[in-house]
Amino acid sequence: MISVHNLCKRFGTVQAVDGVTFSAADGEVTGLLGPNGAGKTTTLRMLYSLLPADSGQILVDGEELDADNHALRSRLGVVPDAKGLYPRLTARENITYFGRMQGLEKDFIAQRIEQLSSVLGMEDLLERRCDGFSQGQRVKVAIARALIHQPRNILLDEPSNGLDVMSNRALRQFILDRRAAGDCIVLSTHIMQEVAALCDRIVVIAAGRVITSGAPEEILAQSGESTLEDAFVTLVGAAAEGLMA
Amino acid sequence: MNIVGVVFAKEVRDNLRDRRTVLSTLLFGALLGPLIFAVIFNLMIEQQVSQAEAQLVLPIAGAEHAPNLIAYLRRAGVEITEAPAAAEELVAAREIDFALRIGPDYGTNWRAGDPAVVELIADTTRRQAATNLQRVRALLARYSQTVGAQRLQLRGIDPLLAQAVATRQVDVSTPQSRGAVLVGTLPFFLLMTVFTGGLYLAIDATSGEKERQSLEPLLINPVPRWQIMLGKVLAAALFSSTSLAIGLVAFHFAMQTIPAAAMGFQINLGWAVIAQCFLIAWPLTLIASCGQCILAAFARGFREAQAYASILTFVPMAPSLWLSLSPVKEQFWMTAVPLLSQVVLLNSTVRGDSVPLLWLATSWLGSLTLGLALCWVASGLYNRPGLVVSNPQ
Repeated sequence: MISVHNLCKRFGTVQAVDGVTFSAADGEVTGLLGPNGAGKTTTLRMLYSLLPADSGQILVDGEELDADNHALRSRLGVVPDAKGLYPRLTARENITYFGRMQGLEKDFIAQRIEQLSSVLGMEDLLERRCDGFSQGQRVKVAIARALIHQPRNILLDEPSNGLDVMSNRALRQFILDRRAAGDCIVLSTHIMQEVAALCDRIVVIAAGRVITSGAPEEILAQSGESTLEDAFVTLVGAAAEGLMA
Repeated sequence: MNIVGVVFAKEVRDNLRDRRTVLSTLLFGALLGPLIFAVIFNLMIEQQVSQAEAQLVLPIAGAEHAPNLIAYLRRAGVEITEAPAAAEELVAAREIDFALRIGPDYGTNWRAGDPAVVELIADTTRRQAATNLQRVRALLARYSQTVGAQRLQLRGIDPLLAQAVATRQVDVSTPQSRGAVLVGTLPFFLLMTVFTGGLYLAIDATSGEKERQSLEPLLINPVPRWQIMLGKVLAAALFSSTSLAIGLVAFHFAMQTIPAAAMGFQINLGWAVIAQCFLIAWPLTLIASCGQCILAAFARGFREAQAYASILTFVPMAPSLWLSLSPVKEQFWMTAVPLLSQVVLLNSTVRGDSVPLLWLATSWLGSLTLGLALCWVASGLYNRPGLVVSNPQ
């Protein structure tokens, strides 16, 4: 379970995140939805302690998160937008490296790699060097290394970027499986289909603020539109007018 | 500290698989110095030896005016050839190294007892002709002296009276110190090796990591960031040390190819000297690796990092250049200055002088202090969000 209270972050003169508050429950997929530059990635970067927040509070499983609290941080599994692999290492070595960084034993890592590779369908990739992997193959390795330590809270930043249809379906199925297992999943996206297919709750963010949040049906009702895309455009547009005024 | 070891092991393994890194920095970088060294000095020595022993050919214009001189030169083993009167042009055009011109009034002056003039036409800036030119001068001087002495004797005067002062040169250089001129370039090559050995790894592990977008996922791992950076710095230092060791071993073998004994040199680059050189230069590997990691971490990409770090490679040139341009006697304070202290101590070591233990200790203390300070700076770098996130959005 993750909850965020009044999170703020400023870069120079730009208030990138301006008082974001939301919570993501276990066994649900929470989608951060917003246009490019809305502050989704910055919010997530503060959530996974890459950037320090100017103010605000982050709770993971009810405990306040702090960058030096490594035990609490290891309850998060993070697939950031940057999914660079080490091209001269094999997929297995890439994943093992991160497992070692999590302080796991080699035997346990080997076991987890067996599990994850059968779930993600990447058995044939394991012993190959990552140089020249397709985007879909990269994402699989990035997910496996991020979840090697069996975290119950999963953060995904635009996970479907650059994936083809088959890879995308596999990714969605994986996310739904984790939800069924009771994990708390937060994903940022700007793709409506993804939101419709996956999310139990939606947090709409624009210009660093939460415009609205709720179940997809609630969002539709609030905006008076019949599709999520129209709802999104109406809500973000209204918020932008509000900012102008 | 386990994380430092994990990062260290990963960087070493990852970079050993990069053939370019291994070949260019570990091998070529380390072997280039000894190779250049062996080739250049073999050529130089060969040229000197062959000139000293080769048949001396002397083109002469107007040989008919001085038959006695010609006969003397022939007896001394000189091959005489015909030169045109305007020999300057040929020398200037480098068709011949030098020429001797004897004027028509040579005989008149000779018989009158006046100095008979011969002109030696040469370009003194041409170094490869220097040995032969010296031989010609010596022959002419000896001929002049012999004839002069005979003239004095004919007049009943002891020729020794004409020699008011006799200079006898006492050379206190030892075979080792004469050899040191030869090995004076060695410290320079060694420092270059230290600075190139870990260069690619340092760049790959910092700005390379940023460029291939793997830095952010790496730093998400719940470990202190200074441990990640320390592991990278130590991996670069290992490559730098390895390169230094390979370079030193190569120098050991390169020296064996040089016929130093034939030139009256004695150069001792035995294993004990090699080991001492390694000890002296080793603290620099930490300084080089930290400096390179720091610069490369600030760079936005691989190319930019390469440009910064290449500038750093010129740093070790400064003290060697300074010492070779203005040779000063090594003093104690120099051993406290990193880089300068290594050049001074390496010079003493290869010259065969004993290095005081205190000097070695000061050198280590000074350089390790700087190395650890740089290490501390490097370790803190990844706590700066600006170096971690390239596009703060």
